[in-house]
Amino acid sequence: MSVKKYDAGVKEYRDMYWTPDYVPLDTDLLACFKCTGQPGVPREEVAAAVAAESSTGTWSTVWSELLTDLEYYKGRAYRIEDVPGDNESFYAFIAYPIDLFEEGSVVNVLTSLVGNVFGFKALRHLRLEDIRFPIAYIKTCGGPPAGIQLERDRLGKYGRPMLGATIKPKLGLSAKNYGRAVYECLRGGLDMTKDDENVNSQPFMRWRDRFEFVGEAIQKAEQETGERKGHYLNVTAPDPEQMYERAEFAKEVGSPIIMHDFLTGGFTANTGLAKWCRKNGMLLHIHRAMHAVIDRHPKHGIHFRVLAKCLRLSGGDHLHTGTVVGKLEGDRQSTLGFVDQLRESFVPEDRSRGVFFDQDWGSMPGVMAVASGGIHVWHMPALVTIFGDDSMLQFGGGTQGHPWGNAAGAAANRVALEASVKARNQGREIEKEARDILTEAARHSPELAIAMETWKEIKFEFDTVDKLDVG
Amino acid sequence: MPLQNATGDYQTKSTLETFGFLPPMSQEEIYDQIAYILAQGWTPAIEHVHPSQSTDVYWTMWKLPFFGQQELEDVVSELEACHRSYPDHHVRLLGYDSYTQSQGACFVVFQGRI
Repeated sequence: MSVKKYDAGVKEYRDMYWTPDYVPLDTDLLACFKCTGQPGVPREEVAAAVAAESSTGTWSTVWSELLTDLEYYKGRAYRIEDVPGDNESFYAFIAYPIDLFEEGSVVNVLTSLVGNVFGFKALRHLRLEDIRFPIAYIKTCGGPPAGIQLERDRLGKYGRPMLGATIKPKLGLSAKNYGRAVYECLRGGLDMTKDDENVNSQPFMRWRDRFEFVGEAIQKAEQETGERKGHYLNVTAPDPEQMYERAEFAKEVGSPIIMHDFLTGGFTANTGLAKWCRKNGMLLHIHRAMHAVIDRHPKHGIHFRVLAKCLRLSGGDHLHTGTVVGKLEGDRQSTLGFVDQLRESFVPEDRSRGVFFDQDWGSMPGVMAVASGGIHVWHMPALVTIFGDDSMLQFGGGTQGHPWGNAAGAAANRVALEASVKARNQGREIEKEARDILTEAARHSPELAIAMETWKEIKFEFDTVDKLDVG
Repeated sequence: MPLQNATGDYQTKSTLETFGFLPPMSQEEIYDQIAYILAQGWTPAIEHVHPSQSTDVYWTMWKLPFFGQQELEDVVSELEACHRSYPDHHVRLLGYDSYTQSQGACFVVFQGRI
């Protein structure tokens, strides 16, 4: 017999949603939010409000609540922690029962967790720092269409990072001239080239024409070099119908891989495209335009480690992660933290890398980490150390800016890469010995010698805006 | 700085994947790479193929992978034995990683004559 009675009105959130004694279940989805409340609002009330607004709660009690068992469905704020070095904010840990979410839908998870609650008036700022997806939920998601292991087997490339480049200038080339730039990079020694994210199907180069010429470039480079080659044909499109049409044609022209922008395109499109790739034996490269809008502010938004986890669940074989050493923002420890989330089958909690929960990925395939943006041959030993073999290192200007052209630029990068890997395997500390290793390699490679001369002064030394929270 | 490669236009090289852009390794350098494979706990294995079929996925296995092999010298002698038996073939050394179900290393040690 029910003992509850309907009691209309506004209750304090903490009466129902602050449950410090709660022990999270293995099947719960756990989240860590960095909360900055309005002055005077107690921490417990803020944490409870976040739990309520991102799960079952609404501002006023309603009679129909009594028709269900909200104790079963509600999110619970179960822990509050200080943020090191920050008196204004705190971490709130919230547990959500798995039945709050549709199976296999990161769309549904994000709509709940980072929905209305981010505009909530009792908060000044709110940032989703991490999510622990229960293995039971992960098993409902499709994940990467191929994964690292299958990609290597398809391409026959082992024991080293892969090399790529974004074709430049990123806008304005005709399809035939664009295909020429692709061919020159691939024949010179790159494994893959990439459409810039801005390249979709503009008046100067419609997608179909680009795909045809690029297909020719790939085939010719493969025949001449004897190695497998590819180009990420960007199928990001105004609507899903056109996206699939482009994907089908990319397969027809013989590219092993296509590309999508998962944030501007959206998770629904991305998950659908990942399914298509799995069905059609294609690899999927994922770009992350718009991420810095969401993840760069240290107190508001969503940390990239969450977006990276969501992408692994939605599906993608490569994901851009920043370079640590190049022109774009990225703290080393924090980057390593989410690179692990892409590639490993289990990642333990590690606050020194901004990892708030143990994360079990089970048998979900891994995603290659992509380092791209403002990198050149001098960075190679550091990149090999930071990213390891399961990565795609992309040198756009650092390939095509070579004084002798794309093919020589590609060869310079390939020599630098292989010299770094060889030296690493020999037990040398390649980051410290970078100059010696590259100088030795350049003795056999005039292409590398010229590249080292061209880019010797270029550095990008600015302080990181989004730092890890340390005291 | 020379404006162009002095020898003429830029030639495309036919290469054999990892380490294909480095000069042939010395015996000492090959030892180092074998030592790396063994130190990672990977299983060394040897494959060979006629150069005309180098783009095939499957090359012929030289015996079975050397499971449990810890001796660098034994791997070296197998590489040399394979090369002696097939002097015209490419011979590659790989390291099977049973955890990732992939190959942690794979590179051509002897290049065949075309």
